[in-house]
Amino acid sequence: MTRILPVAALIALAGIVPSAFAEATDDVAALRAELQNLKDDYATRVGALEARIDQLESAPAPMAAPVAQQPSPAGDSRSAASAFNPAISLILAGNYADVSQDPGTWRMAGFIPSGSEAGPGARSFNLGESELTLSASVDPYFSATMTAAITGEDEIGIEEAYFRTTSLPSGFTVKGGRFFSGIGYLNEVHSHAWDFADQPLVYQAFMGNQLAQDGVQLKWLAPTDLFVEIGAETGNGQAFPGTRLSRNGFNGTALFAHVGGDLGASASWRAGASWLELQAEDRPFEDVNEFDMPVLNSFTGKSRTWGVDAVLKWAPTGNSAYQQLKVQAEYLSRREEGELTFDAEGLALSDAYRSEQSGWYLQSVFQFRPRWRIGVRYDSLDSGSPRIALVDDGVLPPEAFPILLAADPDRISVMFDWSPSEFSRLRAQYAWDDARADGQYDRQFRLQYLYGIGAHGAHKY
Amino acid sequence: MKESIRGAMALLIILACGPAQATVKILATTSDWGALATELGGDRVSVYVATTALQDVHRVDAKPSLVARARTADLVFATGAELEIGWLPILVQESGNPRIQPGSPGYFEAAAGLNLLEVPTRLDRSLGDIHPQGNPHLQLDPHNIAVVAKALTSRLAMLDAGNAEYYQKRGSDFDTRWAQAIARWEAKAAPLKGLPVVVMHRDQVYLCHWLGLREVAAIEPKPGVPPSAGYLGQLVSTLTASPPKLILLNAYNDAKAANWLSERVHVPVVTLPFSVGGTAEAKDLFGLFDDTINRLRTVIQ
Repeated sequence: MTRILPVAALIALAGIVPSAFAEATDDVAALRAELQNLKDDYATRVGALEARIDQLESAPAPMAAPVAQQPSPAGDSRSAASAFNPAISLILAGNYADVSQDPGTWRMAGFIPSGSEAGPGARSFNLGESELTLSASVDPYFSATMTAAITGEDEIGIEEAYFRTTSLPSGFTVKGGRFFSGIGYLNEVHSHAWDFADQPLVYQAFMGNQLAQDGVQLKWLAPTDLFVEIGAETGNGQAFPGTRLSRNGFNGTALFAHVGGDLGASASWRAGASWLELQAEDRPFEDVNEFDMPVLNSFTGKSRTWGVDAVLKWAPTGNSAYQQLKVQAEYLSRREEGELTFDAEGLALSDAYRSEQSGWYLQSVFQFRPRWRIGVRYDSLDSGSPRIALVDDGVLPPEAFPILLAADPDRISVMFDWSPSEFSRLRAQYAWDDARADGQYDRQFRLQYLYGIGAHGAHKY
Repeated sequence: MKESIRGAMALLIILACGPAQATVKILATTSDWGALATELGGDRVSVYVATTALQDVHRVDAKPSLVARARTADLVFATGAELEIGWLPILVQESGNPRIQPGSPGYFEAAAGLNLLEVPTRLDRSLGDIHPQGNPHLQLDPHNIAVVAKALTSRLAMLDAGNAEYYQKRGSDFDTRWAQAIARWEAKAAPLKGLPVVVMHRDQVYLCHWLGLREVAAIEPKPGVPPSAGYLGQLVSTLTASPPKLILLNAYNDAKAANWLSERVHVPVVTLPFSVGGTAEAKDLFGLFDDTINRLRTVIQ
């Protein structure tokens, strides 16, 4: 016992003394560091002043643009209020279209229409969406971004408006508001950054072009050298293939995971998998009945989509200034189960409905010299044969739902674009579209311009 | 009793040493900053360089591998002055890493402590790809690197206070060696003063300014704007009238336009490493300037 006590005391002391000692040395080190910081700060300033004097003394380089003084805060005439203005950028987009079939009657064969965003757009000259983006840090904890899309039809839509956390620990980020869902690869990409003038058919059919709901997103990035990111979203589920619901709670769920990395110095890649579940309540769509009369049908039920995506970028020695190849592909599969109502505003016949549909695209864009790119894309979808109880039970003939007759829409698009600078792009695109529900083969030619002014944007991978 | 004291002493020593020192993880945007961070941080830092000397740092993708590195970084070491504006903000934003957000001690810009050349008096993109805070290619003046090194030493000492002394020591050691090297380079490059040169993009401005080279023309008429046939034709006639001594090219540049011009005005093209790793000889920062000056001197020998 007498031997144990002092040992215990020593051990206890050993616990205290070194920590106190360490604290003292820490304090000294901190003081030293602070002093050195001060010294260095002065050294830096003196160095900068010396450099400045040198610069003033030596004759200016003959080609040099006039060198201005760094504006001093005191001499700045801007008021403090405007000094905190957010970064503003504006994208102007427009096109000229020559489409062989009437775009007004375009419906994708075999698929329930996803809304007005799908299709080849209007003929002749069109003002596309003008995207106005404002963004800034809110405080040390959040940043905020809003993108408003002003359409050629004089409508303003909130494309995205969200806050994002900047100070959560352990690789977590929370985003809230309205935002493009993190599912797939192209879903998060704004239209001005697309490599083609329009979205792949599979996005038009399954996402109504691009999925954005009002909700929250939680994302976690793993602390590994391999890029591993997982995310979950929930929201009001109002975006196609969902609809606004009459109930409380979480109505749309999306999950996604991305992995990525490098293949040597020249190539990089990212691959992902996504899952999406939404609910539809009386999601309406227009069709014609067997007598060619327009009818309004609707779907109520569950819509589940899963998909995989992959992107590969390659540039000689990784220098994308001269040449770059980008190959990307996505596959989406959707299962819808619920009730289909025929002629919702008239007969209102309802019965069970089930469909399993899928689609994919593969595209490749090659920048063969600075500023010039060519690209090719192939779209393919499989509508499957939906089980419509109203038809199976003989209540209605299959021709009552012409748009839901089994089909395999496909399309080939080629594009050619020229970007005089980082802020402008002119594009020509030609598509052979075999997707129309009326079976007409469509040739779509488009010339498009994209101009960006204001803050220099940075694009995601 | 003796044994227990010895045991306690051992314990004390172990506790005083604390856990094994974790290194400061640095994500450097260019090979030059990577090399500087290694010079100053020694074995107390681990450095990941986002780009190579053969890449155009203006045009880099916010690759997944870089986002992953940003996630675990304790310090982002960037040039600043908007050189990395097309990709670094995305890395920082997607990293989910509060340590490296701008304004935090873990976000360091080399340009912040320097007076940059060519601060535009007029901000308008019709003038090309200009940078509001000035020309960001500041690493080619070794005096700038000396200033950046001091600031980085302070930052490392602040982030990793336990090793402050180590960083200060390495910092002052580097400072001495660097000052000696500058004196050596300046002596070697003295005959180059006033040498008329043609540059590619306006990214050798700091080198020309430092060595007193006379920039008589740039192959890019405006920053980031490739030359048109008409502009090149005009350049040929001007340069034939008063020929420069050499055409400067960076390792990451495409040599086509420079070679074309070289054939017509009969002036040699000299390819400079531009960044650490740009040539086999430019293995570190000292090698970068040794090799740059050796290559420049070939035209006067």
